[in-house]
Order: sequence, then structure tokens, then C-alpha cells
Amino acid sequence: MHVERSVLTTIGAMLVLMTALPWFVGQVSEDVFFEWPFFLEVAIGGLLSGVMYSLVALGFVLIFKASGVFNFAQGAMVLFAALSFVGLKDLGVPLWLCFILTAGIMTLVAMTIERLVLRPLVNQEPIILFMVTIGIAYVLDGLGQMIWGSEVRMLDIGLPQDPSFFFDGKILINQFDMFAALIAGALVAALVIFFQYTKTGRALRAVADDHQAAMSVGIPLQHIWVVVWTVAGLVALVAGIMWGGKLGVQFSLALIALKALPVLILGGFTSIPGAIIGGLIVGAGEKVSEVFLGPLVGGGIEDWFAYMLALVFLVFRPQGLFGEKIIERV
Amino acid sequence: MKLTTFALGLAAATLLGSSAVQAADAQFIGSTVYRTGPYAPGGIPWADGFADYVNLLSERDGGINGVPLELEECDTAYNTDKGVECYERLKDKGSTGMPAVMPLSTGITYALLDRVKADKIPLLTAGYGRADAADGTVFPYIFNPPATYWGGADVAIQYIASEFGGTENLKGKKIALVYHDSAYGKEPINTLKALAEQHGYKLSLFPVPHPGLEQKSTWLKIGRQLRPDYVIMYGWGVMNATAIKEAAAVNYPRDKFIGIWWTGNEQDVIPAGKAAIGYKALQFNAIGADFPVHQDIIKYLYENGKGSAKSPDIVGQAAYNRGLQQAVIVTEAIRAAMNIYGNAPVTGEQVAHALDSFDLNAERLKALGLEGLMEPIKLSCSDHQGGGHAQVTQWDGKTWQSITDWITPNEEMLRAMYEESAAAYAKEQGITPRSCD
Repeated sequence: MHVERSVLTTIGAMLVLMTALPWFVGQVSEDVFFEWPFFLEVAIGGLLSGVMYSLVALGFVLIFKASGVFNFAQGAMVLFAALSFVGLKDLGVPLWLCFILTAGIMTLVAMTIERLVLRPLVNQEPIILFMVTIGIAYVLDGLGQMIWGSEVRMLDIGLPQDPSFFFDGKILINQFDMFAALIAGALVAALVIFFQYTKTGRALRAVADDHQAAMSVGIPLQHIWVVVWTVAGLVALVAGIMWGGKLGVQFSLALIALKALPVLILGGFTSIPGAIIGGLIVGAGEKVSEVFLGPLVGGGIEDWFAYMLALVFLVFRPQGLFGEKIIERV
Repeated sequence: MKLTTFALGLAAATLLGSSAVQAADAQFIGSTVYRTGPYAPGGIPWADGFADYVNLLSERDGGINGVPLELEECDTAYNTDKGVECYERLKDKGSTGMPAVMPLSTGITYALLDRVKADKIPLLTAGYGRADAADGTVFPYIFNPPATYWGGADVAIQYIASEFGGTENLKGKKIALVYHDSAYGKEPINTLKALAEQHGYKLSLFPVPHPGLEQKSTWLKIGRQLRPDYVIMYGWGVMNATAIKEAAAVNYPRDKFIGIWWTGNEQDVIPAGKAAIGYKALQFNAIGADFPVHQDIIKYLYENGKGSAKSPDIVGQAAYNRGLQQAVIVTEAIRAAMNIYGNAPVTGEQVAHALDSFDLNAERLKALGLEGLMEPIKLSCSDHQGGGHAQVTQWDGKTWQSITDWITPNEEMLRAMYEESAAAYAKEQGITPRSCD
């Protein structure tokens, strides 16, 4: 993968700023407690949270990359997948079978969306497809709750929840977060292999590069859309299981899409590595800012800080860190 | 053919007429609830408790004082716009309109303040909404029994003080407030600050932006940096379970962590699993289904397939009993109005008048099968709260266990605060407080 020098410079500058600013504030303000081990603990915790954000952002990227559609329903897909998974589990189905069955359900959802919604709208404006995904989000939200109920459900997937201490107790890291990051990493590796080394993956990349050129060499667009929505559904399933294991499966899971938006703006809407790096920057950035800059302004800056970071990025790099620079000729 | 048509028309007119008469005789009760949306897990058991108690009165007693009841729910999804829409849709239903509105949301409460005054419909907020509405001279149509957020903050501090051996030992202690960054979450701040000045503890504030899915940095600050002696939480929805899990993740002891009643549902602790064991919450109602009223609910409703909840296991949960308690307050207020104005459907204005001298005493609670479930409530023209008692419960991994008796908030201090805040509101809005002499 070729990485522009300016991207590396930007990331480097952000890392320096994210380290130097808290240190400086810690020296001049009595309200802020700064010690290097604690800073590292916050930054590592943020990076691990960032991986969880990336997991959600990946679903958006996959669909946008292949079809140019910003899928507003990705959060609803996470909720629907998690509700189906935990619903089956509560019926006594073993976990591995729940995963396979829910993957089947998400494939069915992808096929239904392609057949009933996307196919009749081929060649329509992107904004129309975007509006359609808002409709899909509402349908999935309602359908999921109608079938499985709105009650909160506990989801224990057997991951350890206890904190681990390192460096004589100076740094604490939550084991669940570590395992979640590993699983997310494995998912990304699987996606990379799928995109780079399989025939379908190559077809997906071809469609992403140029719809019409791909069709002209015989790649069936409708089939590709089903595949990409299915893959996004599977990513939503993994994200739903990890977030559901953390918070319990409930309607609020649909709101985690909000956490993915700044990640997308930062990383770029069309780049899988962008979603990962964007997630890590947003995760670490918001935690470091909340802990070390938050006390200066009364706290509660975590959420809007991520969006502010994304907005600043929009000004200088509208395509994000790894997104494609779109030049439209008139 | 013409004769048949005429006969059918006559029969239809008779049927319609009789149902209209029946509807005219029934007392309408509107219930704004949320069974959908991000906060549905806490809203569903509340709505079930409310509906079950009203339906119990219908099935067991034939209504209130012989007047049948007609209950209609409207789902707000905890959304203020929808809440106002629900209010407008329900307010004129039934022969006498909606006798009271229970918005079940602080946001909707604020949006309805002026409307209920114009419509003369009492607004009941059990354990939420504006705390200063306890001053009935400024808020004639708002009633907030049995407790307010400010009273809850005082009770929490009283309990924490008892843990440290008395209020004198609070000096120098560190207490943190983790709160939903909204009008609701900010309600206890002034009370906790006033108490901090009084007792000498140091208060640290930690706002959590809605919806509270991610709180790692908040808890790193609390558990790894500040290490307070106690944490108080005013949270809602997914924020609660997340906070409990993050507290566990930074090894903050759960038995030094106490939340307001809206953080004390089964739905808040079950998703947190073992991490929630030891966590404490205030309640203004007892928990469990061991009360005579629950036995009647099972007998008259669930054994006949008429229960509102999906399963009878929900009966007796914290939020269920809270909804039931709200239903008790509103139906007893309607009964009190009927005792004054006669046994026929009553209007909002008549219920508001009855609430100004509402007396739900121990004897009456016993007769209703509610002894021990809640404390008596006595309202007056100027006191629209009436009591404010709460108790502390602790989650043992399966159920909430009551660990204190009912604690009475410091009414003297709170009353002064209610009156000061209400007076400021009256000045801002140009309201002349009514005389209660």
C-alpha cells in the first residue's frame, strides 16, 4: 500500500500534539494530573476503544467503497445482528450455531435489500440511495424490536472482564478491550485477504474503482451488491457481538454509528486502513483530550472533540487521511 | 329490502348509541410511555406496572367508585416532540378529557409546563421533572410526589455520611457525581454543592454526554486519578450499565457507588453481569412482588391472560413497581376528586383541586394492599411533593436487597431551596404566586 508522505507527516504531527499538549497542560494547570504512566494508560485505553469504533466504521466503508452509498442503516444493522444473535442464544442455541444462523439472517437481509430497494434504484442519484438507507434503518430498528423485543439482554461471550495491571500496577488495561481489539484485528486481516486474494474480492475492488468498467468486463453488479451488503452485515454482526458483550444488547447499540462518523471523516470513506487508523486516532484523541484537557473546561468534551477533530480535517484534507481525492470535471 | 336496510340501520344506530353512552360514562386515563426507542428497556416495565394497576381496578373493582376506566397508551419513545404530540392527542379524549398527565420524561415535563396550565390538567412527575415544582404556590398544576432529584441527592449524602459514621466525618472526603449531561443529570448539582459547603466534602463533577455508550476516560479519571471516597450517579439508559462496567474495569469498588432511582432498575445491572454486584441505588418504592396488590394482579390479570407484561416475572421489578406506584397516585387522586364532585368521570381541574389536599395515608395504603411498598403521601396547596422518602438498595447479583429503612430528606433546607428556585422562575415568567392561606 502506497502511503503519501503528507499523510505520514499529518499523523506524526498529531501524535506529537496529542503528547505535548497534555504534558504542557499538566505542567501549568493544577486541575490536570499528568504522569507518563497514566498518560500511557489513557492513550492505550483510547487506542483499544478506537479499535471498537473502527469495527463499526468498517461496515460503512465497505458499502461506500463498492457502491458509493453512505449506508445510514449501518448502526441499525449492528443492532439487528446483535438482537438476532442474542435472541437465538436465549432460545438455547449454542454460540457457534448462533453465529452461523445470524450470518445467514444477515445474508438474507442483504439479498432483500438488494432485490427490493437497490435494484429498482440503479443509476439514481447518490442522495436518493442515501435517503433509502435512512428508511432501511427505521425498518430494521422496528423489525428487530418487533421480533426480539425491546428489553435489554445480557450477552456473555466468555471474554474475561477483569482489569490487568502492568509495570507494578502503574498501567491498567481492561482484558475485554484487549481481546476485542484482537478479534477486530483478526476481522480486518480476514477482510484484507478476502479483498486481495479472492476472485470475488477482486471483483469488488473492480466495482469500487469503476462501476461501468467492471460491468463491461462481465462483473454482475447486482451480485456484487449482495456480497458487499452481506460482508457489511457480517462486520455488523461482529461489531454487535463485541459492543453487545460490553453494554448488553439494547436499542442504544444503533447509536454507536455516531461514534463511527468522525472516524470515517478522518480516515476517509473509501479506505479500510483509513477506518482502522482513523479509529485509533479518534479513540486515543478523545480519551487524551477528555482526561487532560477536559478539566480545564468542565469535562464532557469527549464526544464533540472527535467531531471537532474531524471538522478540522475536512478543512485541510476533505478526502480524509486515506480517502480518494475526487476531482470532478465540468 | 328497504325494511331490512332500515332495521339494520336502526340496530347499528342503537349499538353506536349505547357504546357512546358507555364511553361517556367511563373515566379516561391517558398514559404517555415509551415501549420503543433507546430507553425502552427501562420504559417497558414502568408502562406494564402502570397499565396492570389500572387494569386491576377495572377487573377486580369495576373501576373507581363504580365508574369504569378507559386506559389509552401513547408511545413517546422518550422523545420530547412525540411526548407533546401524545399529550395533544390524549388531552381531550373521554367525556371529561385526560384527568392528569404523567410524561415520564423530564424533557417532556418542561415542554408541557405552560400547556397544562392553560388546559388545567395536572402534571404528575413521580421522581423526575422540576424539583422546585414542589412549591404549589408557583406551580398549581404540577405535582411531584413522592420524591424529587434534590431530595434524592440529600438522601444519598445522608446515607454516605452514615457509612462514614456521621456527617461530621464527611469533612475532607471526596465525592464524585457522574451525571447524564442533560437537564435531568444537572438537577442534583446545586443540592450537592450546598451540602458540600455544609459538611466540608469535596465535590467533583463528571458529565457524561448522551447516550453514554463510551465512558472510559471518565472512569480513568475517577478510578485511577481522583479515587473518590464515594461516587453518586444520575444516569439513564445504557449509560448506567456502561458506568458500572467501567467502574469494574478500573477496579473502583461497587459498594462505594450509589445511583438515583433511575439507575436502579434490573435493566441497569443485569447487562453489567457480575460487575454490578455490590452496586447501590436509591428507590422511592420497595422492590419485589410480595405485596397483596401483586397477588391480586397475578390472580385477576396474569392468570386470565390479561397481564400487560410479557411474563409475570416482570411483576415486582423496580421499574414495574415505580409505574404501579404512579398509577396508585393518579387513580387515588381521581377517587379523591370523585369523592368531592360525585361518582362520575372527573376533569383535570377537579383532580388538581383534589390533589391540593391529597392524603394517601398508611391506613389507605394497607387497604390497597400496598403497605410497605411505598410511604404515605400528604400534599397541600403549597406542598406538592409530600414526603420525599427513599431507601437504599443493593444489587446482590440476582435481586435488589433493601439495606436501609426509609430515609427522610432534610425538608427544611430543601423547602427553602424549592421556594427560592420557584420564586426565581415566577419572576422570570411573570407569574404571581397563588395564596394558599
